Amino acid sequence: MNVYDIIFYLFAALTLVSAFFVVTNRNIVYSAFFLLFTFFGVAGIYVLLGADFVAIVQLIVYVGGILILLLFGVMLTNKITNVEIKTGTINIYPAVIGVGLLTGSLLSALIQPQWRTLPVEAPMPTTSALGTMLIHEYALVFELLGIILLIALIGAASIARREK
Amino acid sequence: MEVGLNHFLVVSTFLFSMGIYAIVTRKNAIMVLMGVELILNSANINFIAFTRFGNFGLQGHLIALFVIVLAAAEAAIALAIVLNIYKTLSTVNIDEIDNLKD
Repeated sequence: MNVYDIIFYLFAALTLVSAFFVVTNRNIVYSAFFLLFTFFGVAGIYVLLGADFVAIVQLIVYVGGILILLLFGVMLTNKITNVEIKTGTINIYPAVIGVGLLTGSLLSALIQPQWRTLPVEAPMPTTSALGTMLIHEYALVFELLGIILLIALIGAASIARREK
Repeated sequence: MEVGLNHFLVVSTFLFSMGIYAIVTRKNAIMVLMGVELILNSANINFIAFTRFGNFGLQGHLIALFVIVLAAAEAAIALAIVLNIYKTLSTVNIDEIDNLKD
């Protein structure tokens, strides 16, 4: 077992354990903070897979953007005077059974086939290659994503500020 | 045992299952959003793992970036809707929002 394997198991454990706390914790603010660790663990897994730029984007967008947005949502939709911000759960037993079956079938479907993998080469910096792809063959997708983001932000602002 | 493609696939499978569990069992709309984020992350792990262990160039990385951008847009819109629901109905519990039933 070399260093790479040990680091992988550390990040995988961090991701899965904190994700477990996210979905089981009753306090929604704790859930949001455990989500932070999940995102960090996923970013570490990206680094282990040689995706340096995606890992950085994950940190900036998810941890810096989406998580803050979710925390704002938590704060704005609960009474601040109420110290305990609890959230109820429903359908526990059917959900456990269904999710267990789903996990089992997904695992067997993923493990069963012998994926034809190529020998792994040393990871290269991907940023410049990704930038070149974005302005050459993926230029249309890039522009469309920009328009989608603009529309989404304008729409979100107008929905959230609408007066009754 | 050498860490290979299967290890990453197993991690993403468990992440996906926990996202589904959060969506199914939680009442609070924001917890449902967190479950959706977990699912998107697991999909991204799959894309990047197959890029690393297959011969696909960097397209998987690009798809992962697009997914992250769409997740940001989705979170913004969904939180705006949740805030509006809270303003109108004073609750964000999904099982109590059943005005159309009557």
